[in-house]
Amino acid sequence: MSSFFSYLINGISLGSIYAIIALGYTMVYGIAKMLNFAHGDVIMVGSYMAFLAMGSLGLPPVLAVLLAVVVCTILGITIEKIAYKPLRKAPSLAVLITAIGVSYFLQNVALLAFSANTKMFTSVIKLPPIVLGDGSITISGETQVTIVACVIIMIVLTTFIKKTKAGQAMLAVSEDKGAAELMGVNVNGTISLTFAIGSALAAIAGVLLCSAYPTLNPYTGSMPGIKAFVAAVFGGIGSIPGAFVGGILLGVIENMSKAYISSQLSDAIVFTVLIIVLLVKPTGILGKKISEKV
Amino acid sequence: MALLEVRNLGISFGGLRAVDGFEIEIKKGQLYGLIGPNGAGKTTVFNLLTGVYKPDDGKIELDGKNITGARTIDINKAGIARTFQNIRLFKDLSVLDNVKVGLHNLYSYSTLSGIFRLPAYFKVEKEMNEKAMELLKVFDLDKEAEVLASNLPYGKQRKLEIARALATNPKLLLLDEPAAGMNPNETIELMDTIRFVRDQFDMTILLIEHDMKLVSGICEELTVLNFGQVLAKGKTAEVLNDPQVIKAYLGE
Amino acid sequence: MKKQINLTKATKSTLITVGMVVVAYVILQILVGAGALSSLMKGLLVPLCIYAIMAVSLNLTVGILGELSLGHAGFMCVGAFTSAFFSLCFKETMAAGPRFLLAIIIGGAAAALSGLLIGIPVLRLKGDYLAIVTLAFGEIIKNIINVLYVGRDEAGFHFSMKDAFSMNMASDGQVLINGAQGITGTPNDSNFTIGAILLVLTLIIVLNLIHSRPGRAIMAIRDNRIAAESVGINITQFKLLAFSISAGLAGIGGVLYAHNLSILQAQPKNFGYNMSIMILVYVVLGGIGNIRGSVIASVILVLLPELMRQLNDYRMLIYSVVLIGMMIFNWSPKAKEFREKYSFKRLIAKKTEKEEA
Repeated sequence: MSSFFSYLINGISLGSIYAIIALGYTMVYGIAKMLNFAHGDVIMVGSYMAFLAMGSLGLPPVLAVLLAVVVCTILGITIEKIAYKPLRKAPSLAVLITAIGVSYFLQNVALLAFSANTKMFTSVIKLPPIVLGDGSITISGETQVTIVACVIIMIVLTTFIKKTKAGQAMLAVSEDKGAAELMGVNVNGTISLTFAIGSALAAIAGVLLCSAYPTLNPYTGSMPGIKAFVAAVFGGIGSIPGAFVGGILLGVIENMSKAYISSQLSDAIVFTVLIIVLLVKPTGILGKKISEKV
Repeated sequence: MALLEVRNLGISFGGLRAVDGFEIEIKKGQLYGLIGPNGAGKTTVFNLLTGVYKPDDGKIELDGKNITGARTIDINKAGIARTFQNIRLFKDLSVLDNVKVGLHNLYSYSTLSGIFRLPAYFKVEKEMNEKAMELLKVFDLDKEAEVLASNLPYGKQRKLEIARALATNPKLLLLDEPAAGMNPNETIELMDTIRFVRDQFDMTILLIEHDMKLVSGICEELTVLNFGQVLAKGKTAEVLNDPQVIKAYLGE
Repeated sequence: MKKQINLTKATKSTLITVGMVVVAYVILQILVGAGALSSLMKGLLVPLCIYAIMAVSLNLTVGILGELSLGHAGFMCVGAFTSAFFSLCFKETMAAGPRFLLAIIIGGAAAALSGLLIGIPVLRLKGDYLAIVTLAFGEIIKNIINVLYVGRDEAGFHFSMKDAFSMNMASDGQVLINGAQGITGTPNDSNFTIGAILLVLTLIIVLNLIHSRPGRAIMAIRDNRIAAESVGINITQFKLLAFSISAGLAGIGGVLYAHNLSILQAQPKNFGYNMSIMILVYVVLGGIGNIRGSVIASVILVLLPELMRQLNDYRMLIYSVVLIGMMIFNWSPKAKEFREKYSFKRLIAKKTEKEEA
C-alpha cells in the first residue's frame, strides 16, 4: 500500500511537469492554431541555461532559474517572429513542418554547442524530504516543489487570463483573430505574449525536470515534450484546465505502468492511451467541439 | 408533388436561433430564389439542406424521400448539389479534374484497375473525359480544361463550381450567391447560363442572391428570410413589392 | 481528341520518372561491372532504393493526401520485422526467390494493415492529429519489438515479453526474435536489382493512383474537404486508402532494409523519430506533392553526406535550416512578393518590354 502511495505521488509530480509543459502547447494551439513542435526543445535550452549558470557562472539556483526563464522567453518570441509569423496564412502542414525544423535546429545547435555527452544536473531544490508513516513513504523536496509550483502556475495563469486585459485579449484572439483585430486587439503582440509565457513555463519545467531526473543532453526535452503534447490532447487541446488534468493523469499512468506492468513498455502504454482517447473522445477530456465555418 | 419540401426547419448555435420554423416548397423545374438581408440565415439553410449542419428540428424531403439529418455525401447521392458563397474549388487540380471529381459517384472502377491500368480504367476514364468535356463546353470552359482551377479568372471559377455541382447529376441545384463579385456584364451572362442549365438539364434550382436584378430577372418564386424566419413568400414580383420586405431590406 | 492528350500527358510524366530510374540503374550497373565504384558507393546502392521508396511513399501521405506522418519509420519497422521473421522461419525450407517475394508481400501487407488500424481512429479527426499519433505509433512499435522474444522448437512457437529464458523452450530451440538484440541471420536477399524493381513498382503504384479516380478523390479532399463532401466523396474511405497504401509501401522499404543486413534491431537511429524526419526532409526538398522530386532529392541527400563526410556534424543542422527555409520561401507573403518580382519569367518579360520600347 505504501509503495502504491509513493508511485502515485511520484506520478503526480511527473504529471505536474507534463502539465506545465502542456500549458505551453495548449496556449499556443489555442491562439495560433498551430502545434509548436519546438516547445519540447525550449525545455532543453532552459535546462542548459540553468546548468551553465550554476556550473560555469556559479550563480545561486534562484538566479539560475531566472536566467533560464529570461533566455527561454526571448527564444520563444524570436522563434515565433522568425519562423512562424511569416506563415500565418500558410496551410497548417507548412507550419507543422517548420515547427519540426525549429525543433531539429535547436537540438542540433545544442549538440554542437554542448556535445552529445550527458551532463549531470545538480538539483536546484534544497528542501528536506517529508517522511510519512513509519518512514516507508518519503516525499522528496523536488516532488514537493514540483507539485506546488504546478498548482501555483495554474492558479496564476487562470487568474491572469480571467482578470487582466492581456488575458482577455488572448481569449479574443483564440476565438476569432480577425474580429479581435477589428476590435483593436494587438494580435501580433498577443501572439508574442503567448509564446513568451509558454516558453517561460518551459524553462521552469526544464529546471524541475532536470532536478528530478538529473541527466541533461540535447534530446532531454524531446520525449517529455511529446508526452506533454499527448497530455494536452488528452485533456483537450486549447483548454488550460485540460492541460492540468491531462498532464497529471498522464504522469500517473506512466508511473503506474512502470511500476506494475513493464518499465520498457511504459511509453508504449502512454501512447496507446492517447490513441484510445482519440478514438472515444476526439476532443479530449475537457475539450470543446470546434465547428468549421462553411 | 413538390421536389423539395421543407417543414418547420430550425437550428440553434449556442443561444442563437439561426433558423426557425423555415418552410419551403419547390416544384420540379422551378427557378427559386432565397433572399434576405445579411445574416438572415440563408447560407445556414443551405448548410442544413446539404447536411453540413444537422437540424435541431424539422423535416426535409427530397422527391418524397426523407433526408433530414443525413450525411452530406448521402444527400448529394440523393440528388442535391451546391456551390459555395466563398468559392471552394479543388485549386491544385485542373479544371477538367474538378469536374471529374464531380463525376466520381457516377463512374466507377476499382482502385486496382486504376493502379495497374487495367482495361476498365481506360474505358471508364474515356467516358468520364467525354462527359466532363461536354459539361465544360456548356460553361465555355472547354478551352481551359488543362488549366489549374486556381489560375482561372474569378467569374470562370464561379462557373466551374456550377459545372462541378452539375456533374454529380443532381435533381436540385443550390447556388449560393452565384453573382457575388461579378460585374454587370458577367452577371447578365450568368443569368443566361442559369436559365440555360435549367432548360438544358431540366434542372430545379434554388439560389441565394443579393443582386436584385438577377433575382427579379430569373427567379419565378421567392422566399424572404429575416432573422432566421420566413418573412414572405410567393411570386417574385409580388414579394419584391411587399412593404414588409422593402422595410426589411432598407431598414427604417 | 482532348481527352487523348490528357491521358498521354499523365502517362508521359510517369514514363519519364520511371525511365529516369531505369537509366540510372543501367548506368550504375555498368559502373559496377567496370569496377568503377568504390565499395562504399556499392554499399549505398540498396539504401538509395530504400530511401527513395520511403520518400515516395511518404509523399503520398504528405503531398497527395495533405496529412503529416511522423512515424513513417514505424511502418518501415513493421515491414522489416515481419518480413525478416518470415524469411528466418523459412530460411532452410524455401528457395530464395519465392521466399523473398512472399516476404515482400507479407512485409508490405503488415505495414499497410497497421496503417489502416492507425488511420481508422485518427483520419476521421480534423487537425494535426495524424502527425502526433503516427509519431506515437513509431515509438510504440519500437518499444514493443525491443521487449519481444519469439523462439521456435519442436513443440512450435514460444513467446515472451520478458526475456529469452522465460520462453521455456526445449534445449534445441532457436531464438528468432531476441528482444533488443533483434533478429539475427536474416537471409541477405536484397540487392540493387530488386531494389530498383521495387522502386519502379512503388513509382508506378503511386503515380497511377494519383492519375486515377481514387487519386483525384484524395487530392480533392486535400484541396477542399467540404467541397469534396458536397460532391459525394467519402472522406474517411479515401483518406484511409491513401494512408494504408503509403504505409504499405514504407513496409516494402523496410523489407528491403531488413534483407540487406545480417542483424536487424529496432533502434532510434534506424526506426526512430529521426529517421521519419530525415525522410520528411527528402520529401520537402524534392517538393511536396512532387513524386519525381522525392526520388531525386533522396538520391542527392543520401549521396551528398557520404561524399562530404567533413560536413557530417552539421548535416542535421543543415536539414533543419532547409526545412524552415523551404517553408518560409514557399509560403511567406514577403517571399512570394520577392519571387514574383524576381521570377525568371518576369525578368524575361521585362527585358523584351525594354527591347520593344
